[in-house]
Amino acid sequence: MTTLLGSKRYYPKKTNPYECGIPSEGAENTRFSVKFYLVAVSFLLFDIETVFLVPWALSFQKFRHQGDGPYLFVVGAVFLFVLTIGLVYEWRKGLLEWNR
Amino acid sequence: MSDMAVMWLFLLGKILLFFGIVFGIVAPIMIWVERKVAGLVQDRIGPNRVGPFGLLQSLADGIKLLLKEPLLPREVNKPYYLLAPIISVIPAALSFAVIPFGPPTTLGGLFETPQRLQIASLNVGLLFVLAVTSLSVYSVVLAGWSSNNKYSVLGALRASAQMISYELASGLAVVSVILLSGSVDLVHIVDAQQKIWFIFPGILSFFVFLPAIFAETNRIPFDLPEAEAELVVGYHTEYSGIKFGLFFLSEYSIMTTVSAMAVLFFFGGWELLPGFTWAQAGIDIQNTLIGTVLATSWFALKVIVFLFLFVWVRWTLPRFRYDQLMGLGWKRLLPIAIFNIFIIAGVMAF
Repeated sequence: MTTLLGSKRYYPKKTNPYECGIPSEGAENTRFSVKFYLVAVSFLLFDIETVFLVPWALSFQKFRHQGDGPYLFVVGAVFLFVLTIGLVYEWRKGLLEWNR
Repeated sequence: MSDMAVMWLFLLGKILLFFGIVFGIVAPIMIWVERKVAGLVQDRIGPNRVGPFGLLQSLADGIKLLLKEPLLPREVNKPYYLLAPIISVIPAALSFAVIPFGPPTTLGGLFETPQRLQIASLNVGLLFVLAVTSLSVYSVVLAGWSSNNKYSVLGALRASAQMISYELASGLAVVSVILLSGSVDLVHIVDAQQKIWFIFPGILSFFVFLPAIFAETNRIPFDLPEAEAELVVGYHTEYSGIKFGLFFLSEYSIMTTVSAMAVLFFFGGWELLPGFTWAQAGIDIQNTLIGTVLATSWFALKVIVFLFLFVWVRWTLPRFRYDQLMGLGWKRLLPIAIFNIFIIAGVMAF
C-alpha cells in the first residue's frame, strides 16, 4: 500500500460505482432473499456434526487394534444415520431447492 | 548455542524458500501458464511480448498493478474496503505454513534428528488447514459488502454460500482420510500411505474432494461468484491496482495450497509410487541430501500436475447454473461423502 504517494485525480465519473458505464440506479444496500441465510444455518449444523466426526475417525485405528472396531463402527453409524435423517428432512422440506 | 543458531537459520531458510517459491515463482508462473494454455486452447498465441515466450508477463503486470493510481470509489465503506484484500492474503499465507513440502530430513547429516520440512510443525496440521482456508470467506464477504455495488454484493453472497456448502463436502471427504490414516498430522498421513496411496481405498472421497476444492477456490465450473458475463467480476468489481493484485495473488496461492492438500491426502505426498517406496528404490530420503531433494521435487511435480489440472478444467468446461451448483453440493456430494465414511469405517471395522 505504499503507492499512496502516487498522484490522485478523482472526479465524479471515475469514483462512481461500476455499472457498465451508465449511472447507477436504486439503493445499493437492498435487502436479499432469506435463502442465503437458510443455507448458512444448515451449514452450521452440518459443520458441527463434521467436527464431531473428526475425533471419532481419529481414534478409530486405536480402537481397531484393541479389537473394538465393530463397536466404534456402530457408534459412528448411528451418528451418521441421525445426520442423514437431518439431511433427508431438509431435502423433503425443499430447503435444498434453490429456485423455489 | 550454535545449535540454536542453526535451528533458527533452518527455520528462516524454510520460510524464505517456501514463501519465496510460492508467492514469487509459483503464483506468477501459474498465471503465465494459465494465459498460455488459454491461448493454445482458443487457438491464439497468448502472452509473447515480455521476456522469452512472454514468461515475464506476470512480472510486468505485477509492476503495473503496483504503480497504478490507488483509486478509492466514492460509495465504499473505507476501512473494510481496504481491509478485505489484506484479509484475503492472510489465510493463503497461513495455510502454507503447515504444509510439509518434503520428508523429514537431516539435510545430509547436518542435524542429529530428522527435521520436518514445514514451517510450523503442527500435529493438527490438517485441522489447521481446514480452519484457515475457510477464513477466506470473510475477505470475500467484506470485499463485496464494503464495495456498495450490486454486483459485488451478489457475487459475495454467491461466493460465501458456495464456499460454505462445498466446505461440508470437502470436510467429510477428509474425515475418511483421517479414518484411513488415524492421524491429523500431515507428515503422518503421508507416512501412512507407504503401503497404499489413499486414492485406492478412498477413491470415492477423492471424487468428492476434487469438485469441492474447485468450488472453494471459485474456479471455472464453479466460478459463479465471478461470472464475468452476469456479475462483471463479482466481489472485486470495485478493486483496482495492488488491491486487486492481492486478491489475484491469494487466489493462485490458495490453488497451490489445495493442490498440495490433494497430493498429501490422496497421492502419497512425496512417496515414490503406489506400493514402491523410495527405500525400495535404494534412495535414503531422510539422511542423504540428494534423496531429500529428489523427494521434494517429486512432491512438487505432483502438485504441478494438479495445478495444471485446474487450468485445463478451466478452459475446457462451461459454467454451471447457480441452482445446479447448490444442488450438486447438497444433494450429491454430501450424501456420497456420508455414505463413503460409512463404507470405509465398515470395511475397516470388520
